[in-house]
Amino acid sequence: MTLLSRLQAELAPDQLITDRQRLRTYECDGLSHYRVVPALVVLPRTAAQVAAVVRACAEERVPFVARGSGTGLSGGALPHADGVLIVTSQLRDILEVRPADERAVVQPGVINLQVTQAATPHGYYYAPDPSSQQICSIGGNVAENSGGAHCLKYGFTTNHVTGLQVVTPDGDLVRLGGATPDTPGYDLLGAFVGSEGTLGVATEVTVKLTRLPETVRTLLAAFTGTDQAGAATSAIIAAGVVPAAIEMMDALSIEAAESAVSCGYPAGAGAVLIVELDGPAAEVAAQFDEVSRLCAENGAFETRVAADDTERQLIWRGRKSAFAAVGRISPDYIVQDGVIPRTALPTVLRRINEVAAEHGVRVANVFHAGDGNLHPLVLFDDDVPGEAERAETVSGAILDLCIEHGGSITGEHGVGVDKARYMPRMFTDDDLDTMQLVRCAFDPDGIANPGKVFPTPRLCGERPGHHRGAHPLQEAGVAEVF
Amino acid sequence: MSALDDLAVKAGDDDVVAGVPARLVAAPATTEEAAALIAASRDLAVVIRGGGTKIHQGPPPRELDLIIDTRRLAGVVEHAAGDLITVVRAGTPMAELHGLPGQQLALDAPATATAGGTVAANASGPRRLRYGTARDLLIGITVVRPDGRITKSGGKVVKNVAGYDLGKLYTGSQGTLGLITECVFRLHPVPLFTLFVRAIAPPTHAANVLTAQSAASALEINAAPGAEPELAVLVEGTETGVRDRATALARLLNGEVTDTPPPWWDTPPWPATGDALALKLTGTLSGVPSLVSTAVEAGLTVRGSAGTGVLYAGAPVDPAATAHVVEVLRAVATVVGGHAVVLTAPPSVRGMIDMWGPVPGLDLMRRVKDRFDPDHRFAPGRFVGGI
Repeated sequence: MTLLSRLQAELAPDQLITDRQRLRTYECDGLSHYRVVPALVVLPRTAAQVAAVVRACAEERVPFVARGSGTGLSGGALPHADGVLIVTSQLRDILEVRPADERAVVQPGVINLQVTQAATPHGYYYAPDPSSQQICSIGGNVAENSGGAHCLKYGFTTNHVTGLQVVTPDGDLVRLGGATPDTPGYDLLGAFVGSEGTLGVATEVTVKLTRLPETVRTLLAAFTGTDQAGAATSAIIAAGVVPAAIEMMDALSIEAAESAVSCGYPAGAGAVLIVELDGPAAEVAAQFDEVSRLCAENGAFETRVAADDTERQLIWRGRKSAFAAVGRISPDYIVQDGVIPRTALPTVLRRINEVAAEHGVRVANVFHAGDGNLHPLVLFDDDVPGEAERAETVSGAILDLCIEHGGSITGEHGVGVDKARYMPRMFTDDDLDTMQLVRCAFDPDGIANPGKVFPTPRLCGERPGHHRGAHPLQEAGVAEVF
Repeated sequence: MSALDDLAVKAGDDDVVAGVPARLVAAPATTEEAAALIAASRDLAVVIRGGGTKIHQGPPPRELDLIIDTRRLAGVVEHAAGDLITVVRAGTPMAELHGLPGQQLALDAPATATAGGTVAANASGPRRLRYGTARDLLIGITVVRPDGRITKSGGKVVKNVAGYDLGKLYTGSQGTLGLITECVFRLHPVPLFTLFVRAIAPPTHAANVLTAQSAASALEINAAPGAEPELAVLVEGTETGVRDRATALARLLNGEVTDTPPPWWDTPPWPATGDALALKLTGTLSGVPSLVSTAVEAGLTVRGSAGTGVLYAGAPVDPAATAHVVEVLRAVATVVGGHAVVLTAPPSVRGMIDMWGPVPGLDLMRRVKDRFDPDHRFAPGRFVGGI
């Protein structure tokens, strides 16, 4: 019995895609310069169906890749040419909203924003809000440990997921964590969140709901340059204020946003900060005065305060449209995602501009300043010979700058297929080998999203160290390295 | 001479873990020294000891040759105030971390507990409601694996999704996966002003605090047989804001505003010595009242975070009654989606009860342990399912 005939027995005809043209719909995620057409796409409707598909894959030693809404930006859901793509978009029910327990239980295909919409009538919301929250799925958020503008105060997906039902790479349905915190035993939930689909497929997610704040206030401060805006950011944090968000845009990204959505940011700004404060009204009022004062002391030449929700949306519109807007001022661009300690912001931003100038490309900076999560947009024109390569060089050099300053090669987009080669710059062989111990405990055959996260896919049991050429077992014809 | 010969000395009378005496004790002073020691002690059963505040909690080790004492492996390596992070060696006393200038590691732990021990035990206290636990505040970790390799996970920045988050796996692993030698923590500013609100109130009133706009930093409960249950709330922030919110809460709970916490705040509800039973109980927020009433009816004092559903319960008990009390509490905890873990019990009954209780995903946990510690040398038998 082939894998396909096994799956035909488990799933309805409309849950299996084999037609080459239709398979191409799934050839990439949000990082479209990697494209692989999967061998097969399945659209399960229940956790049991996911388990059946994975069990069949395990028995046939066929790789599988899970995919939610496909908004990932590191190629984490890039299909495997010889594998099954498990699309979770049909698993889209909000199973429970329990405000009294501050929990909701949802299926992985549920859209991030829908959780907040379901909780809001009860006075709660789901705090992690990636910029793609209108379309990204909770299952994808779990896989990537997605962040967003409000991580600074509220943390990441991993801080807001208390329980998971997962299908392990051998096809078992297992619960990790639960509705309550501090489940005894190893925190496999903590290891699973952010494992980018390499430890299995989440089929049910229990999330924390957060009380809606009494007050939200948003201000926009305009500076002559990023040095001043960076200094203001540091001053706010040093003063003991933890805003809900501190976002920065530099001159080039402001220019892009203006040309796209006419957000009307102050003329002549070399950098803007968007600072959002939330919480009890009296606290927010006191902090707001403090933040305004610190921005002014650090060179803000204009400060605007959103008087109502409409004005607040306007302030955010420029920020949220910046990525797409850059497409208007450059034919092509690379979105980089690195992290630095926030005190290194002025130095690193200067270095980024120097490196960009050396290689003759432009870099627009729009990012989460509060937690040092940079999103440099490296602009280039693919039609100009050599420019794409130069942009790629600058993009890599930015990651090296992040590592050099004690940061990380990814703050929220994940490693995926895109950054696997950078992992050895941040981690030693022993560090990576230790991650493989976990991988091998879950997935000894390496069939769950192979080729992602780790630079050199290894078979379990292999000793750590530098390796050249084919894996010995592969050479001996004993096994395939995916 | 191996590092074991260099460092290990004969164990003394106090070098006992949950009733099991050790043969040797070694106290490495650096990660490298610890790695050499662990590599050289390949055939020894090892238990790691920090400040020793929780060393006797949990099942006794199946075997014990060597205690690795972390207290020489101490000191703050780095405090980057502008980045709100600190890098500390595992044996650093929490007292040192509670006194960082202008900033705090917002983990409640005894002053003599160590940073590494607090992580390994995933200990937490009242302020977990606002700040989370070691799980949330740990952003980087260095561990010596049972095979002697030095390995790092995470880093020095709060936002980081590169590779697996192994810091979570080590947090609460009770020394069964290796020796934690260094931790990187996220810090928080020391609040400008704090007040407490105390009230005689049933646990059901905790929900009122959570749904009010009080932004409480801690919401604690104290309930004992024959006494009125109490709630206490910690409010932090600016002076004006804190006064406003504390006044509103005092009105809501019919309680009083005070500068200081109640005497029972962040103290264990069981006697330090003698045949005591001590449990950690977890449940959904709506399940807290039934957990509390069941424990009190069983003769236990209950304290803990009514705002997160993580409670502690204990009392001096008759060993003969222990198994029954555990069974009753475990049944209620299960109904409210949580667990009842026995932290300490009279020595005569420790072997007769499953101190950890049922745990989901145990098979995967065994597979993880087998990969990290194939010979099962680290804290053998002390963890869930006999791991």
